[in-house]
Amino acid sequence: MFAKFFFLYCGFVITFCGLAAVHLRNPVHCVLGVLVLFFHMAGLYLLLNAEFLAAVQVIVYAGAILVLYLFVLFLVDIRKELLLPRYVDSRFAAGAFAVGLLVCLLSILRSFVSGPHGSWSIAAVSRVTHTRALGQEIYSSYILPFEIVALILLIAVIGGMVLARRDSAVSGEGKRPEEEK
Amino acid sequence: MIPLSWYMSLAAILFTIGAYGFLIRRNVILMFLSIELMLNGVNLNLVAMSHYMESLHGQMFTFFIIAVAAAEAAIGLGIVISVYRNRHTIHVDEINQLQG
Amino acid sequence: MPAYLLLIPFLPLASFVFTFLLGKRLGVRCHWVPIVTVLLSFFCALIAFNDVRHGRTLNHDLYTWINSGNFRASVGFLLDELTAVMLIVVTGVSSLVHIYSIGYMKGEDGYYRFFSYLSLFTFSMLMLVLGNNFLQLFFGWEAVGLSSYLLIGFYYEKVSAADAGKKAFIVNRFGDFGFALGVFLVFVTFGSLHYETVFAHASAMAGHSFSIFGMSFDLPTTMALLLFCGAVGKSAQLPLHVWLPDAMEGPTPVSALIHAATMVTAGVFLVARCNPIFSLSMTALNVVTVVGAVTCLFAATIALTQTDIKRVVAYSTVSQLAYMFIGCGVGAYGAGIFHLFTHAYFKALLFLGCGSVILGMHHEQDYRSMGGLKEYMPITYITFLLATLSISGVPGLAGFFSKDEILAMAFASPVGAGKFAWFIGTLVAGITAFYSFRLLFLVFHGEFRGTDEQRRHVRESPAVVTVPLLILAVGAVAAGWFGIPHVLGGHNRWEAFLEPVVGHPPGHLSGSTELLLMLISILAGAVGIALAWYIYIFRPTLAARVAGRVPRAYRLSLNKYFIDEIYIRGLVEPTLVFSRRVLLGIVDLGIIEKIVNGVPAAIGRFSGVLRKVQDGRVSHYLVYMAGGVLFVLGYTCFGF
Repeated sequence: MFAKFFFLYCGFVITFCGLAAVHLRNPVHCVLGVLVLFFHMAGLYLLLNAEFLAAVQVIVYAGAILVLYLFVLFLVDIRKELLLPRYVDSRFAAGAFAVGLLVCLLSILRSFVSGPHGSWSIAAVSRVTHTRALGQEIYSSYILPFEIVALILLIAVIGGMVLARRDSAVSGEGKRPEEEK
Repeated sequence: MIPLSWYMSLAAILFTIGAYGFLIRRNVILMFLSIELMLNGVNLNLVAMSHYMESLHGQMFTFFIIAVAAAEAAIGLGIVISVYRNRHTIHVDEINQLQG
Repeated sequence: MPAYLLLIPFLPLASFVFTFLLGKRLGVRCHWVPIVTVLLSFFCALIAFNDVRHGRTLNHDLYTWINSGNFRASVGFLLDELTAVMLIVVTGVSSLVHIYSIGYMKGEDGYYRFFSYLSLFTFSMLMLVLGNNFLQLFFGWEAVGLSSYLLIGFYYEKVSAADAGKKAFIVNRFGDFGFALGVFLVFVTFGSLHYETVFAHASAMAGHSFSIFGMSFDLPTTMALLLFCGAVGKSAQLPLHVWLPDAMEGPTPVSALIHAATMVTAGVFLVARCNPIFSLSMTALNVVTVVGAVTCLFAATIALTQTDIKRVVAYSTVSQLAYMFIGCGVGAYGAGIFHLFTHAYFKALLFLGCGSVILGMHHEQDYRSMGGLKEYMPITYITFLLATLSISGVPGLAGFFSKDEILAMAFASPVGAGKFAWFIGTLVAGITAFYSFRLLFLVFHGEFRGTDEQRRHVRESPAVVTVPLLILAVGAVAAGWFGIPHVLGGHNRWEAFLEPVVGHPPGHLSGSTELLLMLISILAGAVGIALAWYIYIFRPTLAARVAGRVPRAYRLSLNKYFIDEIYIRGLVEPTLVFSRRVLLGIVDLGIIEKIVNGVPAAIGRFSGVLRKVQDGRVSHYLVYMAGGVLFVLGYTCFGF
């Protein structure tokens, strides 16, 4: 009973915040909407007995990624941004696409057939906590993807630094010979 | 018990909203934000299925998706910063130098 | 196959290639190769004639070019009596013209080019004559047309000469169109183009007809008439005679060789060669006879008033060719070829004599500036006189025998138009005598009417010019002695010789009738000569007065019956207008240009539309991609 209400509440908020994030004029408001949305996603994960993922969702998504977005938004002049048009000129084609996509996706739902069940029933997960269960899976079957993701994150760190670096050292050296001429 | 189809419908709606936002916004940063919405929809789908099939594979996948989404957001925003430095704009329809 | 037979056409071919490529470097000495080769060809022709006289005829395919289904195109040689005669005429006159040209063309620009073209012509004519199938005949036909064009337009910088060359080629094309249709018909009917096959089965054609568009035509008649079209064009008969007088723009040796002795006689050769086909159709024979008769009279009346000496001789040629066609048309092909043989000599002589006069008069061709030249150019005068006597049918000389043979056969022939042809022919004999002697008297007798400058230059031509004249004079006198008819005590060896090829002429005359006809034609000739003497020697002012009495007729004759003007107004101008207004304006500019420009313009417009897809705007690209994804997804979901 409570689960259904909670689900409906979370679902409603998620939908509403998603639409808001897509339509609001002020980008910061959009990011805040998404923030709320992520919290409710975490709530849904809790409903699904995935506590660790709920925590990761809040920490990583809400805590790190959205903060990153906000920092990048500081580059933009928000006041000027508010006066400019929000949307691209092909909105109606995009809307048609969205409608079509939704229709397709919802119609596939009916034909979903579940495969064989695994070994991790809800009771089994709650006995060893969810974190430990995930840990057992990662470090046994998924060790290779884990390492690869670590590598990807490394690349992201390096790439982010390279891309965002201002080339002040190079342009500084280049200026002096021009001044001498 | 909440039927699986509810979760999946919600995930589909979230995905569609994300795709719609991606296609219509001019601000590049907000386009990336819509991508995050899409990824979340996928995540929800995976976790729900993992729950109902009593296995952890879906949640593993979600775990990795979150990690990769973070990396991708970082790199993507780095590119946005570079483009902003060159073109002084973050509106996607003003970056049309590849016009044929 | 005997080697000498191969040498006959291929020596001139080699000479053409050699002289054309290397002649310029040899300068004046370039004439040796052509002359030596053509003389060798002549000797080989004599050997061939001797072989044929002993009955050794030959029909051999040298090289098969195409062998496809039942169509076989090959290069082959047929040596029979008719061919042997033609070989002698062609190589003989060609050799004499070659030697003559050394003197006539001395110092001209393009000396080597002239000799190379003469060799080319000789080769072409020999291939035409030696061929054993219609295709080779056609090849030779076209090749002599080409050589004629090249030689008429030899002074290509002169507009009138270039135009005359074009006119000759184009008018010939009209005839060649009919000729080609005739050859097609031969192939369709007989399945082969070789004379052997065609003539052997020719009689099977009799009475057959073929139908086109619901109309049915008699097969032998159609075939014969189509082939005759080619002859009309090549031999300058009415209505395709217009090119021959204009062809006088070429140098005189060319006129002598091509437009008197050899090329124009190809038409007569064709009719004689195809006599099995012609003999099957009375209609065709009548047509040939009538065309011959009408052309004969027509050309003779024009020759009465012309002032250019070469034009007079040109119209005379048309008229004499018409005699040959009369001969063939009444079934006496042998007589037609006999006249071809004698005519080659006296006509070539007349032309070369004119050439000698022109040389002496420093390229003046109008007789109004001439007169009394017999004092200055005696050899030319004597030979010219002999040729004129021959053409006028004076008894004992060559022209008399051949012309009388034709007239007698015409009278006796079962062909309907025979008697008509005889009458016209006799009348024209008188007119021929008149204008030929008119020419002689005006040029060589009387007072010199030119300028003093010209009088100082006039002298006899060098030996290279006069020796061929003398040799031809012998021919003009004696060539007829091969065909002295029985009625005069001869054996008529000519007719006997050609009989295996052309058969026996139909119709038979009693001896007394023949003698009577002979007398009538001699009388006609005598009247003509006497009239000419009276008008031009005795009472020189009479000519102008007679012309003044009949101004309309005089003008009609002087202007060649305005046929050229009629053709221009009636054929050429409408064609030009049609091609300019309709074909250029409507079809080319209106339709084709519009399509050719319109299609690229449409493509341009379409690509302009397509170009807008790639506008560099990422948002549009995203929508396109999303559309693609949706399409695939939809297909997977709903499977339409």
